[in-house]
Amino acid sequence: MTPILQAHGLSKVYQGRRQGLFGKPPALRAVDNVSFDIAAGEAFGLVGESGCGKSTVGRMVSAATQPTAGSVLVDGAPFTRPMPLARRAEVQVVFQDTLGALNPRLSIGRQLVEPLAIHGIGDGDGRKAMAEAKLAEVGLPADVMERYPHEVSGGQRQRIVLARSLGLEPKLLICDEAVSALDVSVQAHIVNLLSELKHKRQLGLLFISHDLRVVNHLCERVGVLYLGSMVEIGPRRILRMPAHPYTRALAGALPAGRPGERRKRIVLSGELPSPLSPPSGCPFHPRCPHATDICRQVKPALRMLDADHGAACHRLEEIAA
Amino acid sequence: MHADGETILAVTDLCVDVGGRRAIDGVSFSLGKGQTFCLVGESGCGKSLTCRAILGQLPPDIRQVGGTVTLSAAQPGRPRKAPRIAMIYQDSTASLNPVLKVGEQIAEPLRVHFGLSEQAAQKEAMRLIDAVGIADAKRRYHAYPHELSGGTNQRIAIARALACRAEVLLADEPTTALDVTVQAQILDLLAEVQREAGLSVLLVTHDLGVVAEIASDMAVMYAGRIVESGPVSRLFDAPSHPYTEALLACLPTLGEVEGPLAAIPGVVPPLGRRPDGCGFAPRCPRGRDICRAERPPLAGIAGGALVVCHFPLTGAVQ
Repeated sequence: MTPILQAHGLSKVYQGRRQGLFGKPPALRAVDNVSFDIAAGEAFGLVGESGCGKSTVGRMVSAATQPTAGSVLVDGAPFTRPMPLARRAEVQVVFQDTLGALNPRLSIGRQLVEPLAIHGIGDGDGRKAMAEAKLAEVGLPADVMERYPHEVSGGQRQRIVLARSLGLEPKLLICDEAVSALDVSVQAHIVNLLSELKHKRQLGLLFISHDLRVVNHLCERVGVLYLGSMVEIGPRRILRMPAHPYTRALAGALPAGRPGERRKRIVLSGELPSPLSPPSGCPFHPRCPHATDICRQVKPALRMLDADHGAACHRLEEIAA
Repeated sequence: MHADGETILAVTDLCVDVGGRRAIDGVSFSLGKGQTFCLVGESGCGKSLTCRAILGQLPPDIRQVGGTVTLSAAQPGRPRKAPRIAMIYQDSTASLNPVLKVGEQIAEPLRVHFGLSEQAAQKEAMRLIDAVGIADAKRRYHAYPHELSGGTNQRIAIARALACRAEVLLADEPTTALDVTVQAQILDLLAEVQREAGLSVLLVTHDLGVVAEIASDMAVMYAGRIVESGPVSRLFDAPSHPYTEALLACLPTLGEVEGPLAAIPGVVPPLGRRPDGCGFAPRCPRGRDICRAERPPLAGIAGGALVVCHFPLTGAVQ
């Protein structure tokens, strides 16, 4: 069975600001040779610190940004612009800021019906019934249709945005920090809802988040990005048993969650370096406690440790020992 | 109040009205000297408003209508106008003055309140920048907030609090906007300054993971009231209020995943639609008629905790 999404060798290079009048604009490598795929009914979590390129990957997968290199295949066929409307509906995106995603002046009902009309799905009454069905699917009563975005809570707005996306019957849903702004009690509802939807509709889910704990609950597989490069990819257990020193540090930085229990702390000094002047060799070496000469000189390739688990590090064997 | 020392900040029966409606309803707690105390709750429960009331910085349309905030007597010899309470915010970059070099923002209180000369203040500010773990203090002294990252600006804000020789630090979601790796660094720094400068920290957060990591005591707020308070280990191991229990259960972990996450049905009631009785009653699995009609009494619980619930999960002690 072909996966719903195949992202192969995705790279994105932006031109930075020109230095002086005659200087050459520096190249900003936001995403560097990232590959992964997502099966139907599977959730893939993309994690990393701010500025690591998570959202840029999401934008390239949804064809909102043109990749500098690499390809995106949705359902086995290239997903690039220009493309017919019906094709574009197959990938939908949900963002963190729900107030920004909804029009404050339109009733929620109109906003749910509008994409159906644009895509020519159903007729007047049919669309309304469809919108109501989608609201029911995300656990909201039909009377929400009459209300405006500011009249409902943040968690309800995220459900409404989800219902709107589902109306177009997408095959792949991209959630870019979709639950990050929500309180834990509401966040748990949305995470459970997403989990249920992907299962029921056999939806592929690209879940972009900085919260490892939520990713652990929702996603079967995880990719860890650092400075635009995929440093580790594998089943969700890699968050508990990481191979790459960066994944170790990321998981170790999480609060333990129980009083008295200390974090398995690996102090990461400093912050993410600027992608305008990335370090030589392994992008993580300036912050890595295990870095040696080879790390400073040669960028490690992603090596498969077993069938579904890969990491990009020169010293995996020494670190594991 | 505190077995192991004196109380530095006491909030008693604090009531705050927003637009004529009670937003904070009888909040009382006390912060021991050198203690880290956490105020936990979901958005809209009144955590941040409590902080602003403590600082006496409520916006004009919001009024404190009852209760007191008392700070223990100042140490003799302390400059009268030097602020004893400092505050750091979630948005560290916006909390600093954008048109002043960060070093000058640290040097300013040193000059104004403690009478240091220009040069001495600059030197001391550089020492503080170094002390909060910023490399290359001499160069960073001359940076503007927009040139630094959120984590570095949060360190600057902490250095500024140290420059005022503040005794109490109010930290309102100080690590929420930061990456986990930087969050861990800032939590370490807070623990360090608390230990070394003898600072008492009141930390406001919605992240129970952070609470477990840093605090000794905590209070859980819901709909403008404290529903449970006590030692952190007590509340985590055996919560007495159903809301505390539910909040702990929602917290996703890195552990083995077993079924869906626990979630609390319903939403936090908005201001003006809070029930007469217990604020949590409409969402509570143990809620009965009496919960909706009558406010539960404050009861002591074994292990030094206090709970406000008609049907607490663990038995009350007399």
